Amino acid sequence: MSTSEIPIVPSEIDKLQRFQEHAGMLKWLASVDHKQIAVMYMLTSLFFFLVGGIEALLMRWQLARPENRFMGPETYNQLFTLHGTTMIFLVAVPALLAFGNYFIPLQIGARDIAFPRLNAMSYWLFVFGGVLLYGSILAGNAPDMGWFSYAPLSEKPYSSLGGVDYWALGLLVIGIGTVATAINFLVTIATLRAPGMSFKRLPLFTWMSAVNSFLIIIAFPALNSALFMLLIDRNLHGRFFTPDGGGSPILWQHIFWNFGHPEVYIMILPAFGIISEVIPVFSRQPIFGYEFVAGSTVAIGLLSFAVWAHHMFATGMGHDVDVFFAAGSALIAVPTGIKIFNWIATMWGGKIRFTTAMQFASAFLIEFTIGGLSGVIFAVVPMDWQLTDTYVIVAHIHYVLFGGTLFGLFAGTYYWFPKITGRLLNERLGKWHFWLTVVGFNATFFVQHLLGFRGMTRRVWTYPDLPGWGLLNMISTVGAFILGGSMLILLWNIYRSRTHGERAGDNPWQAWTLEWATTSPPPPYNFAEVPPVHSRRPLWDLHHPDDADWMREDQP
Amino acid sequence: MSKPLLEVKIRLAVVLFLVSEFFFFVFLIVAYIYSQPSEIQGPTAQSSLVPWKTGIYTVVLLSSSVTIFMAERTLVSSRKRFTAWMAATILLGAVFLFGEMREYSGLLHKDISISRNLFGSTYFTLTGFHAIHVTLGLLMLLTLLALVLSEKLGEKRETSFKAISYYWHFVDIVWIMVFSVVYLWSAR
Repeated sequence: MSTSEIPIVPSEIDKLQRFQEHAGMLKWLASVDHKQIAVMYMLTSLFFFLVGGIEALLMRWQLARPENRFMGPETYNQLFTLHGTTMIFLVAVPALLAFGNYFIPLQIGARDIAFPRLNAMSYWLFVFGGVLLYGSILAGNAPDMGWFSYAPLSEKPYSSLGGVDYWALGLLVIGIGTVATAINFLVTIATLRAPGMSFKRLPLFTWMSAVNSFLIIIAFPALNSALFMLLIDRNLHGRFFTPDGGGSPILWQHIFWNFGHPEVYIMILPAFGIISEVIPVFSRQPIFGYEFVAGSTVAIGLLSFAVWAHHMFATGMGHDVDVFFAAGSALIAVPTGIKIFNWIATMWGGKIRFTTAMQFASAFLIEFTIGGLSGVIFAVVPMDWQLTDTYVIVAHIHYVLFGGTLFGLFAGTYYWFPKITGRLLNERLGKWHFWLTVVGFNATFFVQHLLGFRGMTRRVWTYPDLPGWGLLNMISTVGAFILGGSMLILLWNIYRSRTHGERAGDNPWQAWTLEWATTSPPPPYNFAEVPPVHSRRPLWDLHHPDDADWMREDQP
Repeated sequence: MSKPLLEVKIRLAVVLFLVSEFFFFVFLIVAYIYSQPSEIQGPTAQSSLVPWKTGIYTVVLLSSSVTIFMAERTLVSSRKRFTAWMAATILLGAVFLFGEMREYSGLLHKDISISRNLFGSTYFTLTGFHAIHVTLGLLMLLTLLALVLSEKLGEKRETSFKAISYYWHFVDIVWIMVFSVVYLWSAR
């Protein structure tokens, strides 16, 4: 067996990797190592996940009964704005980037990310953006116009205090850091792959992170430009989004959703990637239709820029525009459906091991499909007009972002935790976490479909005692607290297993991608020796030299 | 062995960064175009901009793309010529900025500002962000010239130059877009 070289990393980076010289906290704060930065990303987004979760529980407490007076409308508006912004910008995106940061270099057999210092900058910009967002509370006024920040509500005459400015500045800072990370990922994947790691052999998580990075690079500038215009409107008396000077609130919606809809895919594609790693490993079969899983990701990426105005059917854009975006939105269900079928086909006939990671991946297929189906409903313009701004939308977004993104993240957490810490998460606690999450999640959000059909609008702080509303809301609240409890189990599991968990060894799941070739946790330099890559499953080839994938003719 | 990889990495990173920047400007231009059909009260592009005057400064900025190209060609061969071409590039960029400042002050004297109406907001935001990019480009060019002359860069000289010249060409391309849309199309 030939020894492969570790990809050459320029000498500048060697000089920067000084973290072992530092003791204690400084070892982390001054680090430019991709694994340490990834762990900091994970812990920070976990922290914000708890904050956003508490905000959600406070809202559910308020909504538990009709005419509740637990909090007033001002507080409620601030809570749903902070909850949405936090979960999207400080949890979902950075948590997925965290996994990318840790595992992209490992999966392609690289020693670090392409630009380690830029990577550290991205992380600290993310932290700073979070501080700015929550700094608005210290300044006396949290933003209260919703995470979508529609004009003219976000403009000076309607939001005269500084909350919106903190919100906009915070997102700008996070946005710049996110773009930098995306550039870093793409350069890493393009230039630092181990010998033999062609694009046809790239692990699917890395594949999807690459497509995701393109989306970030193109979509985030839309948000940044919109934020600058909003800040100019608010602080220099600009006229972009106010009708009195010739501006248009609709312009904000167009630019914002030009970012906002690709953002939806930015939050799901890496989760698709995690699922595409977990399902084959625990089904003991290679992924079914690798080319289609990768190719449909590219299709989703391209289509995601042609669907933004389906968020705006209610603004009266005209029939032709509506038809275009309805068709685009329905079309994007096709590549997504291809993925679902590929994952099911991967499981078909496999020796499935229902570890907690696999349970979350399987549940993902069901919950995300429910979210996807309710999404297709909204592509039908009359349905959208009927149901827009009701709780059906709330249910839909949570089925795709919780049932999709977070279930994917949980699967990834159970799958990769042993690589990061060297110890397995406790499976018994994992099962509790899983079942309480499934029960709590569906109890919380499934009934919200019914509430929406019965006409309950979202973003309202309380509601009258109409038939069924009180009961359905109470079910939703109880579900939310079950969900909250399941997160405590996860936290305890992470905290406890980190020091007391069963030792994992290098490759506890008998997985096939390169990250499992090195020790757990990996050394600072990642690989003493990168195994040769002759197929999509280098570790399978390594352990089964007589039955290696690359011996078969149809292998790339 | 490590130098070519470093160069490939940095070139790719700069290109991706500029793609991102490009879309940032696209949305500012979209906002500008979006503002056009609406019946705006007060000044408009037709009533307040003078395309031929700005055209002169446009030629100045575009010729700086030629001089930076010449600087690149003389980077290795002749220190003296390189310095001259770099100085010419920086000078042309500065003249462009001066022209833009004159235009701004003329508009402000006529009470046309970012807060006057939608034309003012979109015009000053779009050209202002471009001017900020030119300014940063000038600072980078000055830094690069100083570093090359003091021979602090060594082997990384060409890579650094490449990164900054890509950026400078990009700033020119954006200006071609801005000039076409704002001066040639809407102020015609």
